[in-house]
Amino acid sequence: MSEMESKYAELRQIIEAHKDWPGALMPVLQGAQELFGCVPEDVQKIIAEGLGVTLAEVYGVATFYAQFSLQPKGEHVISVCLGTACYVKGSQGVLDKLSELLEIPVGATTPDGKFTLQATRCLGACGLAPVMTIDSEVYGRLTPDQVPAILEKYRKEA
Amino acid sequence: MEKMIALTIDGVSVEVPSGTTVLEAARKAGVHIPTLCYLKDINAIGACRMCVVDTGARALQAACVLPATDGMVVKTNTPAIRKYRKTLLELVLSAHDKKCLTCVRSQNCELQRLCRELGVEDGEAFAGVTNKYAIDDVSPSIVRDNNKCILCRRCVAACASVQKVGVIGPVMRGFKTAIESPWGLKLNDMACINCGQCITACPVGALHEKDDTAKVWAALADPTKHVVVQPAPAVRAALGEEFGLPMGTSVTGKMASALRRLGFDKVFDTDFAADLTIVEEANELVERVQNGGVLPMITSCSPGWIKFCETYYPDFIPNLSSCKSPHEMLGAMAKSYYAKKAGIDPKDIVVVSVMPCTAKKFEAARPELGHDGMADVDIVITTRELARMIKEAGINFNALPDGEFDSLMGESTGAGVIFGATGGVMEAALRTAYETLTGKPLEPVDFKPVRGTEGIKEATVKIGDLDVSVAVCSSTGKAAEVLDAVRAGEKKYTFIEVMACPGGCVNGGGQPIVDSDTRAAVDVRAVRASALYKEDAAKALRRSHVNPEIQALYADYLDKPGSHLAHELLHTHYTRREKYTD
Repeated sequence: MSEMESKYAELRQIIEAHKDWPGALMPVLQGAQELFGCVPEDVQKIIAEGLGVTLAEVYGVATFYAQFSLQPKGEHVISVCLGTACYVKGSQGVLDKLSELLEIPVGATTPDGKFTLQATRCLGACGLAPVMTIDSEVYGRLTPDQVPAILEKYRKEA
Repeated sequence: MEKMIALTIDGVSVEVPSGTTVLEAARKAGVHIPTLCYLKDINAIGACRMCVVDTGARALQAACVLPATDGMVVKTNTPAIRKYRKTLLELVLSAHDKKCLTCVRSQNCELQRLCRELGVEDGEAFAGVTNKYAIDDVSPSIVRDNNKCILCRRCVAACASVQKVGVIGPVMRGFKTAIESPWGLKLNDMACINCGQCITACPVGALHEKDDTAKVWAALADPTKHVVVQPAPAVRAALGEEFGLPMGTSVTGKMASALRRLGFDKVFDTDFAADLTIVEEANELVERVQNGGVLPMITSCSPGWIKFCETYYPDFIPNLSSCKSPHEMLGAMAKSYYAKKAGIDPKDIVVVSVMPCTAKKFEAARPELGHDGMADVDIVITTRELARMIKEAGINFNALPDGEFDSLMGESTGAGVIFGATGGVMEAALRTAYETLTGKPLEPVDFKPVRGTEGIKEATVKIGDLDVSVAVCSSTGKAAEVLDAVRAGEKKYTFIEVMACPGGCVNGGGQPIVDSDTRAAVDVRAVRASALYKEDAAKALRRSHVNPEIQALYADYLDKPGSHLAHELLHTHYTRREKYTD
C-alpha cells in the first residue's frame, strides 16, 4: 500500500470511529488535518460522503476555523498575532516585513515549501506584544528590523 | 393536553402552549416584531438580531429563538430596541449593494421595507470597505449576486434542510463570510437541482431567476416566427398576486387575455398537456402493473425532482415514468401535430412556456427533449417574468376581460388543473387509471386522501381486486425520506408522486415571492392550491381521458396511448448524474 493509500485508509477509520457522534465533523476534520497536513478537496469529499453531510457544510467548517488549511502548509509556520495588544504595538509592521522578505501574501506558502505566513488572533502572550510564533517557538517584543535575522536562522538550518 | 403558559407582550396578555417562541406568541397577541433572517418552519436561528425584545434580562434577546415562559413580561418597542434595530439595519446597509432603483426585488424587498418602516435615514452611516463579488449567472435557472446578500442564511436552510440538496453554505468567517459553493464554484458546477426555493426564501435581491424575457420579446417582434405560449396550471393560481389581487385568486381568463395582448400567435394551455400526460402516464402505470414492470412507478413532471433523482437517487431511475413533463409534451405536439394541422413549418414555431418553476429552464435545454434538431420548448419564463412583461407592456391586468385559450390544445379537464398542487397528479392519474382498469369511473371523483400540504401523504385505493398503495411527497427532502424507506424495504408502494417544491408547483421557485410575515401568517401552499381545487370542482369534465381535444389528438394523430408515435414524441429517458464535477 502506498503512503497516500494508507493515509486514505486511516481517514476512513477516523470517519468510522466518529460517524455516529453528534458534531462528528470537527474531530474528523481535525484528524484529517493532522494526517494530511491540510484538508484538500478530495479529502473533504471523502469526509462528506462518509459522514452523510454536504460538501458545502464540510467546506464551510474547514474555512471557518483557522486550524484547518486547504493547501499544504510549509515546513515552518509563521503566525503573527494581530490581536488588539499586538496590533497597537505594531505587529502589522512585522507582518508586512515578513510578507516583503518572503515575497508572499499573508495566508500563502513560499514556492519552495519552506514557510507559511499567517496572521492570527490573540495568542495569549499580550505582555510580550507584538508577538509571533514560528512553529512552537515564541518571539516577543518584536520590531520589523529584527525579522531578517530570525528568518535567516530558519533558512540556514536546512 | 398541552401545557399552556401566560405572558404579557407590550401590555397585551396572551396564552400560548409551552414551547412557543416569543415571536410566535407576539403574533398571537397581535404584536408585530420585525424579522429578517426568520422564515417560518425553515429558518429560526437568531442570527440577524432584528427581532430582539426586552424581557428584563441582562441583554436584549432574539424573539425567534426565545421560548416564552409563564409570567414573562416582554417589551418589543422601547427606545433602546428601536435604536438597536436601526443600527443593525445601518450596518447591513454598509455592506449592501444599494441599487434599489433597478433591483428586481424593489418594492418586494424585506430589507427595503424594514429600512422605511424603522426610519433608517442614512444608508452610509457605516460606509467603508466592502466586499466585491462576481455575479454568478452561469446556471440556466438561478442568478446569485452576493453583493446584495445580507447573510441571513434563509437560502441555505431552504437548500440544505428543506430540499436536502445543500450546494451552498456560509464559507470563511467574519468580514469575509459569504454564502457560496465550496471552492467558489458556480452553482451550475454543483449538483444544484434548479428548484429555486432559495430564490423564494431570499428577503432581498441576492437571488433571482435567470431573466429570459428579452428572448420572448425578440421572438414576438420577429415576423418570421410563429410564437405559441402555454401557461402551467399553477401560474393562474398566483399570477394575480403580482397585480395586488388576494392570494388564492384564480386569474385564468385574465391571463389568457394578457398573453394574447402581449402578441402571442397562439395561446395554448399546459393544462391540456397535463391531461395528455395523465393519459400516457396512467397507461404506463396500468402496463407496469399488468406486465410486471418496475414498481413503484414515480411521476416525472417535476424537473427539480428529476435532477434530484438522477443525481442523488440514481438507483430509482428505472422507477421514473418515461413521460415527458406536460409543457414538454405540449411543445412536442406544437411542433408536430399543430404544425401539421396549421400548415406551419415547425422550424418557424417558437414555443414559450410560462412556468411556476426555475428548473423548467434547465429542463427545456435538455438535449433529449426535442426532435429533428429542434427543442420541444424554446424559452421558459417564470410567473414572475410574465408579470414583468405584462407590466412592461402597460397592460392593465386587473381590467382585462376573461379570455379563452386557443382550440386544438386549449381545452382541459379538472384533472389537468390540479396538477399544480401536491397530490394533484396522483389524483388525476387515479381518476383515469381506475377507469382504465375497471371500466367504471372513480367515485367520488374527488380523491381527498392525497390532498393537503403535508410533506408526505399515503393512501390505498382499491381498484377492482387490486389494493394500490400510493405515496405523495413534496420537497425533495421529503422525497428522500420516502425513497430511503422504499430502499430499506420498510415501505411498498405501487405509485409515488414527487414534486420538488414543498406544496407542489403552486409554491414553485418561479412563483410570486411572498414575504416572511405573510408566510408566517398563512399557508401559501394551501391558499394557492384552493384556487386550483375550486377550478377543478367547477369544471364539467374532470377526468383527463374525456377531454375532447385529447380524444381528437389520439384519433387524428397519435393513434392510442403508448403508441409508437406517442413514445417517440411524448416519452423520454434519464441519465445518471455525478454529485461532484471534477
